[in-house]
Amino acid sequence: MKKKFILEGLDCANCAAKIENAINKVDGVKEATVNFLTTKLTIDGEDEKMPAIIRAAEEIIKKIEPDTVMKKA
Amino acid sequence: MKKRIWRIIIGAVVFIAAFIVDLDIEWLEIALFAAGYIVVGGDVVTKAIRNIFKGKMFDENFLMSIATIGAFFIGEYPEGVAVMLFYQIGELFQSYAVDKSRKSIASLMDIRPDYANVKRGDELVKVDPDEVHVGDIIVIKAGEKIPLDARVIEGNSLVDTSALTGESVPREVGAGSEILSGCININGVITAEVTKEFEESTVSKILDLVENASSKKSRSEQFITKFARFYTPAVVTVAVLLAIVPPLVISGASFSDWVYRALSFLVVSCPCALVISIPLSFFGGIGGASRKGVLVKGGNFLEALAQTEIIVFDKTGTLTKGVFNVQEIHPVGEYSKEELLELAAYAESYSNHPISLSLKRAYGKEIDNRRISDVEEISGHGVSATVDGKKVLAGNTKLMEKKNIVYYKGELTGTAVHIAVDNQYAGYIIIADEVKEDSKQAIEKLKAANVKQTVMLTGDNKNVSEKVARELGFDKVYAELLPGDKVERLEELFAQKSVKGKLAFVGDGINDAPVLARADIGIAMGGLGSDAAIEAADIVIMTDEPSKIATAMKVSKNTLKIAYQNIFFAIGIKMAVLILSAIGLTTMWAAIFADVGVTVIAILNAFRALNIKNLE
Repeated sequence: MKKKFILEGLDCANCAAKIENAINKVDGVKEATVNFLTTKLTIDGEDEKMPAIIRAAEEIIKKIEPDTVMKKA
Repeated sequence: MKKRIWRIIIGAVVFIAAFIVDLDIEWLEIALFAAGYIVVGGDVVTKAIRNIFKGKMFDENFLMSIATIGAFFIGEYPEGVAVMLFYQIGELFQSYAVDKSRKSIASLMDIRPDYANVKRGDELVKVDPDEVHVGDIIVIKAGEKIPLDARVIEGNSLVDTSALTGESVPREVGAGSEILSGCININGVITAEVTKEFEESTVSKILDLVENASSKKSRSEQFITKFARFYTPAVVTVAVLLAIVPPLVISGASFSDWVYRALSFLVVSCPCALVISIPLSFFGGIGGASRKGVLVKGGNFLEALAQTEIIVFDKTGTLTKGVFNVQEIHPVGEYSKEELLELAAYAESYSNHPISLSLKRAYGKEIDNRRISDVEEISGHGVSATVDGKKVLAGNTKLMEKKNIVYYKGELTGTAVHIAVDNQYAGYIIIADEVKEDSKQAIEKLKAANVKQTVMLTGDNKNVSEKVARELGFDKVYAELLPGDKVERLEELFAQKSVKGKLAFVGDGINDAPVLARADIGIAMGGLGSDAAIEAADIVIMTDEPSKIATAMKVSKNTLKIAYQNIFFAIGIKMAVLILSAIGLTTMWAAIFADVGVTVIAILNAFRALNIKNLE
């Protein structure tokens, strides 16, 4: 299942790369990409683990970029 | 934003005041610098402290705070404030540049329709394109965007397709025409029936493609990501060593001198310039190409395109219009011209091959399916079918030879369909295809762009293919190929290219999916409205113009040039400043330039990739 999110207030490219790396390491994630320019986060993950993945992603973002808000696209 | 600017201005004034006014009282001077520092950099320090509590060390804020506070401790007050001041100015510039590029990208992709006018009973209702379904009737007024792919029921108008194809001449539409979402209706009012859901519509597909293109990273982007991962920790480690080791080992080395050098290191430790500007260049290139009617599915393909050494074209539908017309009918024996054409049209009636379609078109009458049976398509040869109880064979010379039929072997000016009835030769029909206007130009431009070999692969007969290849200036032609042969020929060509060079295949997306997939870069032509082509290829040319490939190549080369400039410029300056700081030949001022100055310049340079106006 693929889910898309908008990362509001994402304004550091290096952080975007760090977020992408960290989410890719979450259990159940097949592929995660953060597009710094469109501020879009796309997560492709296993269906049943998706709620946990989204929670994990939210925490990762809060840790790396406290001012960035993850919103549903 | 405003608040940030004011903070910077006030901070700068305090800083300059402290700098110019020569106060004899030292504590007052320090206080003035400190005040400037708090105004300018207070938020950075707060963020740094907050992040440390969250377990996140070594972020930009932390490094900047350490570097500037460190400068204060060793008595370099002006440096401390200045570094923070320039850092903030740089950050401001950076977010302005990022914001600007986000906006110009958004305008590149400004083809998403906002609403659709749907007919509900007698009323016209404005709804989100998402809520419209196949079969709904929509009305598009003058100046509006076509919201979904549809078929015109009523009304005539001119449609601007430039956002999808880069083609500036508007297209005329009337009842029965297929219209594509994302185009703009110029003058008349059109009523149309929706043929695809919004998700499946052309506009959604294109937007999806362009947005997702950045997930397929080019080699330069991958390099940067890897580089960034080790760069910061490495620089920080060296900085720590620089502050501790030399003062202990070298006799007479001053502690504050080496700390100053180490602090300069910290200032340069963020790989931001590279991390932003390289993907920005590629994104700009992909966005710019899409404006020219060329969809590139990833940075990796845009990168590969510049290294194309061999380019292989399919003939029919790619270099030629793919519209075949019956030119001559030569019956043999008892049949009349009309009868021969009728037999051929019936035998080929189940096929969608351009040749079959042209036969049906020339025949002009309804095909009565009851008269045909036992249709068997023999791939690469033709068809065999029973028409009115007679066994009819229609196809190329290979089919005739396979069935041991004696056929006409003279020189032919077009593609011949030979027909045999009950294993007796009945004559042939000549069909010819027209070469596209810009095919010759396309090959010339590709050669000018340093493509080493141009090759034509076709299932068409030798005489015709060689003639077309000569006219267009191809280096090589392989004719009379079966679909399977094409992949084999491609393998042979692979062996001829250098290790770094790439092989591109250009086809129309019909019948050549295996070849498109095998090539380093699969390019499909005439992608507008063809899902199969968009699926199978790496690069889709939305129009029917082969000359667009050369345009795409130019965009690709331009993008790569900019990306490389940024890589060498950013890494070069940073390394130079690191070395100079280590041996104490430069100040923290240079370090701050190497950090934010380089980032801003690299972003501005990356901007140029978006500019495709001058590229034809």
